[in-house]
Amino acid sequence: MRARIAVLALLGALVLMPYLWMVAASVKPVSEIFRASLSIWPEQFAAAENYGKVLTRVPVLHYIWNGIVVCGGILLFQLLFAVPAGYALAKLRFPGRGIAFGAVMLGLLVPPHVPALPLYVAASGLGLLDSYTALIAPFTISAFAIFLFRQFFSALPDDLLHAARLDGMGEWSIVWRVVLPNAWPAATAFAIFSVVSHWNDLFWPLIVVQGHEHATPALGVLYFRSEEAGDDFGAMMAAAVLMTLPLVLAFLLAQRRFVEGIATTGLKG
Amino acid sequence: MAGITISGVVRQFGATPVLQGVSLTVEPGEFMALVGPSGCGKTTLMRIIAGIETADAGEIVIGNRTVTRLRPAERDIAMVFQSYALYPHLTVRENIAVPLAMRRLSTPERMPLLGRLLPGTRAKRAAIGEEVVRAAAPLGLAALLDRRPGQLSGGQRQRVALARAIIRRPAAFLMDEPLSNLDAALRVQTRREIVDIHRAAGVATLYVTHDQAEALTMADKVAVMMGGELLQVASPEAIYADPADLRVAGFIGSPRINTLAAEADAAGRVTVAGLPAGLRTEARGTLTLALRPEALRPAPAGLPAVLEHLEFLGDGLLLHARHAPDGAPLIARLEPEAREGLQPGAALRLGFAPGRALLFGADGRRVATRADAALVAA
Repeated sequence: MRARIAVLALLGALVLMPYLWMVAASVKPVSEIFRASLSIWPEQFAAAENYGKVLTRVPVLHYIWNGIVVCGGILLFQLLFAVPAGYALAKLRFPGRGIAFGAVMLGLLVPPHVPALPLYVAASGLGLLDSYTALIAPFTISAFAIFLFRQFFSALPDDLLHAARLDGMGEWSIVWRVVLPNAWPAATAFAIFSVVSHWNDLFWPLIVVQGHEHATPALGVLYFRSEEAGDDFGAMMAAAVLMTLPLVLAFLLAQRRFVEGIATTGLKG
Repeated sequence: MAGITISGVVRQFGATPVLQGVSLTVEPGEFMALVGPSGCGKTTLMRIIAGIETADAGEIVIGNRTVTRLRPAERDIAMVFQSYALYPHLTVRENIAVPLAMRRLSTPERMPLLGRLLPGTRAKRAAIGEEVVRAAAPLGLAALLDRRPGQLSGGQRQRVALARAIIRRPAAFLMDEPLSNLDAALRVQTRREIVDIHRAAGVATLYVTHDQAEALTMADKVAVMMGGELLQVASPEAIYADPADLRVAGFIGSPRINTLAAEADAAGRVTVAGLPAGLRTEARGTLTLALRPEALRPAPAGLPAVLEHLEFLGDGLLLHARHAPDGAPLIARLEPEAREGLQPGAALRLGFAPGRALLFGADGRRVATRADAALVAA
């Protein structure tokens, strides 16, 4: 038991190391960061200086707000489309279901970089470049989400759905009132996956966004490095800490929900 | 008051016929048990009545409405599922309220936040809440209303499923083996409760079970189904004492009915292994003689048998023997006092009153009998 905890703690520390390094660097003065010797704890605190630089020189809060809008929008639409689609593929019988599911599986195989160019051309043609729509729309339909929900919904007992139909629910009510509330673990897991990947995404925002107006946090860090910080690593690390902070907080909250979801849905009952 | 009438229902899964033209009528207010071995098509039939599955042919009438093409919700029926099918994410209170909420509240009124702001929703919700409490109290659920199904025992979940079914006052109840997940003691108690609920509601009920004891104890009428066909529909007494088919006789009753190969000669006299059985019939040729265990008893004249062993049941005694001529097993149910003088391994004769003998033709259908002058000769 004790040995297992020791191993887990060691592995945890290894994984956490870069993050701790970032936090430590964000409160050190530059001279200390570039010193040859290794130390986590700073001798001189430069937190006010570093964080002050970030907060005054770039619109950090605006980047974070953009991140929330984009990630929230993407997640909302992904759930809106993927939950009913997953339900239909898992539980309804209709002609072409096999082909539709096959198409979803094929969609899983396409890397996101492949359609980037046509999507850019389309966004440009529609005059949508440098807008929230351009950041959100390409990700609203997620083959992975449809696949994940389809697999999870397949495990729901058919009798539960029959009972709902007898109670007077239509298919639409069943999806939102019966199926989704019983799929919290899947929905939470997917939400974490989706938000983390789009919060950290640099590739697509770099293509469609110009300037600070619609920049997401990852893009903001990039701007800060090239425009303001130069080789001021302390300030850059402070910017990175601020950009990841909302994600860490959201993750901690979701983690509790996630565990709760598994423990209380009582699906096994 | 509404009854259920189904006529000519046919259902096939691929090339396998599951229901072969089933017709059945449940009178208004009647408790009908549909009993048969696993895989006989009884659950499929119930699902077709509920509208969860569709029939390939046939018609279903509930009350005066033909519902064959209607969606489950429009058929005005409630169903209790074998797995109970409670909503795991809702409390007991919310579970029971769902059928009422879906019918009485409009779509905007059911919305989580918007609904509360609409005029009238609060009053409707309060009325539903009162009805939930009224439906739950007699089932002993009053203290459990705020729990979730995952926190309840099997018996409690079963009651929640019943409450959810009765709260709407439907035209008919369908119950699909509702007791099969309960332990034996609880099952006997819940049988009684379901019968009481049926009495109080007075609604036509179709109760599917594979347990013949449940069918006999609970129902006004029993329908025995095998291989996708209805073999007999009659009162429990008639099903037991007067089965129309050898398969019905074999399925109903525990211990199983005794069967012996018999023969009718040219004059219609029935013989068992060459010995006259004291019966006459219009049928000729190969027959099957069936005798309930309680119809047999040791007697000076009767079927020659060898006693194998005795089973003491407390309130009775089961005598296991073998028919001497062909080794067919015979079971007799006796009073416990009858043990006196019975020795395993000893030869004895098992007699029966001619009126209690059941005779079946080679096709398994019942054949009429009357007593012949002499009982089985020595």
